[in-house]
Amino acid sequence: MFVFKLLFRNLFRHKLRTLLTVAGIAVAILSFGLLQTVVAAWYAGADASSATRLISRNAISLVFSLPIAYKERIRQLDGVKGVSYANWFGGVYITEKNFFPNFAIEPASYLAMYPEFILDETELRAFVHDRKGCVAGRKLAERHGWKIGDAVTLKGTIFPGTWEFTLRGIYRGKQPSTDEGQFFFHWNYLNESIRKQMPRRSDQVGIFLIEVAHPTLAAPVAQAVDTLFKNSLAETLTETEKAFQLSFIAMTEAIVVAIRIVSYLVIVIIMAVAANTMAMTARERIGEYAVFKAMGFGWWHICGMVFGESLLIALTGCLLGIALTFPVAAAFAAKLDQFFPVFLVEHGTIWLDLLLSLLVGTVAGIFPAWRAVRIRVADGLRRIG
Amino acid sequence: MSSPMVSIRSLSKSYRRGSQIIPVLEEISFDIAEGEFLALMGPSGSGKSTLLNLIAGIDQADSGSILVNGVDLTRLDDSSLARWRAGQVGFIFQFYNLIPVLTAFENVELPLLLTSMSRRKRHEHVATALSVVGLADRMEHRPSELSGGQQQRVAIARAIVTDPSLLVADEPTGDLDRVSAEEILQLMEQLNRSFNKTIIMVTHDPRAAERARRLLHLEKGLLLSPAQEAGGPGPAL
Ligand SMILES: Nc1ncnc2c1ncn2[C@@H]1O[C@H](COP(=O)(O)OP(=O)(O)O)[C@@H](O)[C@H]1O
Ligand SMILES: [Mg+2]
Repeated sequence: MFVFKLLFRNLFRHKLRTLLTVAGIAVAILSFGLLQTVVAAWYAGADASSATRLISRNAISLVFSLPIAYKERIRQLDGVKGVSYANWFGGVYITEKNFFPNFAIEPASYLAMYPEFILDETELRAFVHDRKGCVAGRKLAERHGWKIGDAVTLKGTIFPGTWEFTLRGIYRGKQPSTDEGQFFFHWNYLNESIRKQMPRRSDQVGIFLIEVAHPTLAAPVAQAVDTLFKNSLAETLTETEKAFQLSFIAMTEAIVVAIRIVSYLVIVIIMAVAANTMAMTARERIGEYAVFKAMGFGWWHICGMVFGESLLIALTGCLLGIALTFPVAAAFAAKLDQFFPVFLVEHGTIWLDLLLSLLVGTVAGIFPAWRAVRIRVADGLRRIG
Repeated sequence: MSSPMVSIRSLSKSYRRGSQIIPVLEEISFDIAEGEFLALMGPSGSGKSTLLNLIAGIDQADSGSILVNGVDLTRLDDSSLARWRAGQVGFIFQFYNLIPVLTAFENVELPLLLTSMSRRKRHEHVATALSVVGLADRMEHRPSELSGGQQQRVAIARAIVTDPSLLVADEPTGDLDRVSAEEILQLMEQLNRSFNKTIIMVTHDPRAAERARRLLHLEKGLLLSPAQEAGGPGPAL
């Protein structure tokens, strides 16, 4: 009771100084939270991946394809629950700036394998039955103002020409972390067009998706697939969906590492600022600490006052920073949803915020507390007397 | 007469300034009886504050002994000394040294937080101490809202609230005008006479020293007074 009264009143002794320090910590925590969220967004695809989905691609490189005929052979392997396939289409909507991932898929089997994409029963039927139909994620459709029944035209980059689709469905994510920015259409439509223009490139798929019954089957099935096509014209490389996603991020790993480092640097900087504030504060109060000690208060009381104040400042700043993180992250998400389809502040980030602010408060208090405890009463009193 | 309350034997203390050793107190011996009001006088830098701090247990001697009520302070470690101070000594400083963010009441309550006293009991004691110093009507004031004399009275209330046997005061009137100083001295006299507090007061104000019942002169670390002889209280001057 008394202690808190003392702590709070001490906190307001230099209102501006306290305010600036709290604001500094809040901004640091906000920056940290946003940078961590950027990193998380980077990994969102991998994190959202399922442990029971495998992706099989051409062992040489993703640029090379696999024959559709593999599908039946994969399906017959033990532990395989379902097989689907997709081609990265790389189409452009009006201009390159409108980038979004678009795939040619086999509708029924593909969507069955992605229960996190929720599509209305009637929309699904409409999509399956329309050879030139397409489905878009909710955010993507909102971004371009698409409605069911709208015509959407993509310019092919890998597969030249103008491709016309009719929007038959808009899927929603099962979880907030589900990517709602993808675009799908019929693989058959793509394949038929290719067959007409360049027959030798037809009947090829970019990747096979393999669903296994249980996560523990992922490794043996992946191995079985690769063994099956060993020494064939197109060897496969099969890995979990997560590993597949991570292999994309690996190319940009350096940036992620840099962002991570910067996020922690921000904390180190604010730690120095907070330590400086506390050092100033404690220096001014050395005489008071001496009075407390003269009256018989122990080192733990003095430490309690110093650390209590620094932790109070750090936690106040932290809570303020956390409170700011959500609206600011939401604003970021709205602006950047094209690049970061999933931009969510994770629980882990909030815990880390709290942990780091405790660290900041503790570190900031160490030196002043040590000085306050060490000073001899007679010397401390002389500072004022 | 029973054994003296404070008994100092061959007390020496020096400070080190770089490689130089500055002796401050040299082989000092004297006694203070219970209920005495002792004034320590001497020129600035003669070691008065150092001596007072040693008796109050907030500084460490180089050699010699300080017995207070039979306890040798030079043999106590820091935490025992702190506990001893909390129970036995009340401090009065030249610049009052109140905690600026606390009210008069809370400042006086502070030393009681180290006791196991209930909140209600604490408040009773604080109210009593403040009324003894005549500030019952200023309890909710912050130090900055009080005059120097009033602040010093709050400090005295804080010093007596735990009912210690020994009060030490380092130039308690040094920062006060004549009238306020007079009030403080009267209060200290009253504490000595009516409440039987043993008081050791450092001062270089002769007017203040007059109020004491015994006078000790310190000069360059040595005692110059009839009390040079150890044992028994010296005659009041
Ligand atoms: N912490 C210290 N370090 C070095 N010298 C000190 C220290 N404290 C006091 N002194 C010296 O000890 C002497 C006595 O000081 P003090 O007891 O404060 O004298 P007084 O109270 O009589 O004016 C002075 O010369 C002072 O400079
Ligand atoms: Mg002095």
